[in-house]
Amino acid sequence: MNLALHILRQVANAVGLLVAVLVLNFCLIHAAPGDPALVIAGEMGGASADVIAALRVKYGLDKSLIEQLFTYLGSVATGDFGYSYYFNAPVTGLIAQRIPATLYLVLSALAISVVIGTLLGVVSARKPNGLFSQGVTVISLAGYAAPVFWTGLMLLLLFGSVWPILPVTGMTDVARPKVGFAHVVDILQHLVLPATTLALVFIAQYSRLARVNMIDALTADYVRTARAKGLPEFVVIGKHALRNTLIPIVTVAGLQFGHLFAGAVLVETVFSWPGMGRLVFESILRRDYPTLLAVLFFSAVLVMAANIVTDLVYRLVDPRIRSGAR
Amino acid sequence: MPPVLSVKDLSVSMNGTRGMVPVLEHLSFDVAQGKTMALVGESGCGKSMTALAIMQLLPEDFHVTSGSILLDGVEVLSASPKELRSLRGNKMSMIFQEPMTALNPLYTVGDQIGEVLRQHRGLSRRDAHTQAIQFLKAVQIPAADKRVDAYPHQLSGGMRQRVMIAMALACKPKLLIADEPTTALDVTVQAQIFDLLSELQDDTDTAIVLITHDLGAVAELADDVAVLYAGRCIEQRAAHEIIARARHPYTRGLMACVPHLQLGRMSNHASAELDEIPGMVPPLGARGPDCAFLPRCAFAGDICRAQPQPPLERIDAGAAVSCWRHQEIAP
Repeated sequence: MNLALHILRQVANAVGLLVAVLVLNFCLIHAAPGDPALVIAGEMGGASADVIAALRVKYGLDKSLIEQLFTYLGSVATGDFGYSYYFNAPVTGLIAQRIPATLYLVLSALAISVVIGTLLGVVSARKPNGLFSQGVTVISLAGYAAPVFWTGLMLLLLFGSVWPILPVTGMTDVARPKVGFAHVVDILQHLVLPATTLALVFIAQYSRLARVNMIDALTADYVRTARAKGLPEFVVIGKHALRNTLIPIVTVAGLQFGHLFAGAVLVETVFSWPGMGRLVFESILRRDYPTLLAVLFFSAVLVMAANIVTDLVYRLVDPRIRSGAR
Repeated sequence: MPPVLSVKDLSVSMNGTRGMVPVLEHLSFDVAQGKTMALVGESGCGKSMTALAIMQLLPEDFHVTSGSILLDGVEVLSASPKELRSLRGNKMSMIFQEPMTALNPLYTVGDQIGEVLRQHRGLSRRDAHTQAIQFLKAVQIPAADKRVDAYPHQLSGGMRQRVMIAMALACKPKLLIADEPTTALDVTVQAQIFDLLSELQDDTDTAIVLITHDLGAVAELADDVAVLYAGRCIEQRAAHEIIARARHPYTRGLMACVPHLQLGRMSNHASAELDEIPGMVPPLGARGPDCAFLPRCAFAGDICRAQPQPPLERIDAGAAVSCWRHQEIAP
């Protein structure tokens, strides 16, 4: 199938899904207990019933749910995600501010976990019953079983007080310049701990997946053929077996993108990383519906974008999908 | 002239849960330049293990326990991994039973053929690609310059096997091992592949070890035949003699299992019924010193039960058989 046409279809599907996401989230949030007008009143240090009623009118909370929904959908269609009660700022601006930080975190965690996980899996597949392989299995399970916030807190303790070599909160150091190479290094240093924390959970999964698929690939006929051709072992493994191992990893990496976001919420909270995750956390606490809805919407956008990218990578790796043979 | 391949007293065992289980016992045969040796027998009799032992590609847990394999005067069994790599794909190569799974689905056939040339001949990517087209033409693949960039799933089974053959012959090996190269293919394609192998052999003078249970192919392609049963060679002779002069009851049984089309015969005639050999090859680990064919043999006598399996006995020039009663069976 024509590639451009294929992408177009994927995007069209994604748009349909996004509308569904908007409606569903809107209904879910309004079904949850809590009244934003009361929260705002609370923030103001208490208010009379008249003031609360005025707040409701100001934010359109006095209208029926259906009316609110259509008003909301209408404004989203024009790119307006409303005004945050809590942050007292337009939501679109808030999100635009936060998205880069989350993307840094999620993408570096993804890269770390895929690369290290695959490497560990590939090496342990060479001797599936060897010491290294068993070590990887145990560490993987530990990494997978430990809750991400706990791992985060432990790393924070370790590198914050026991062995303070890495920054443990925020994304930048106030004292450092905000431009040029120094700024990049600053962000990278701050990124190490949150990204590692988030990656640890997923390293476990990718190393297991890579190990199993590599063991499979190593017994495959085409690997025997490659050996029968007299190719050196690094070509047999690095070219013939590895690429076949990557197919399921790409699939899972695409599917995991949503989970990464979920993990990011906790990691960002633990490390005060100024991303969308923390925004979610804060907006839930404050019943800040417009912000929460927008964050959920943009998370969905990112997850769908990730799926489209996955699909393209998949085609790059596997020619059978390119020609629609499978 | 010394043979291209000389296998002497080759034994292979499997490291099972109950110790070493013999898979192949004391196999010996030679293949000269331009000649074809067929290894024949039912599934599980050790044919493929012989091939993999020669290539030194035995699966984990399988080990050569004795013997010698000389390829063009070089002892394969004592070769270092590096020496083996320079032999494989270069001096000896192999084509496998299942051409779909034997080719990597993720690389073009041109890349997979060119890879051998890049490895052993040091060709550049571009030169290897050009050569690959030539080899695809040599194995009679139409529109070779387009097919070179095709992926295995875009080709038919017969084409894939042709690609395997092109790949195996790219470095003009001294020895080609063909492990049931047509089993997975349509009957009409089978004949084409055998014809192709035979033509290419005429051109290149490659020695071929043909593993098959297709006795038709043996008659057409092979110069010599070794019949294996339960990991032991039970009869060896020139291919053109095997049909008329087979001595071992198992070989004779195999011959009787081949259907023959004869015009003018009625279906109620005795020869219209296809023979079979009752029973099955004894499984690994259940093979004692007795003749392994004993439980299935229609000719088994007292001597067969009293004595262990006899060694291969040379009966006439180039022929040997391992049977106590071969003279009574086929004098």
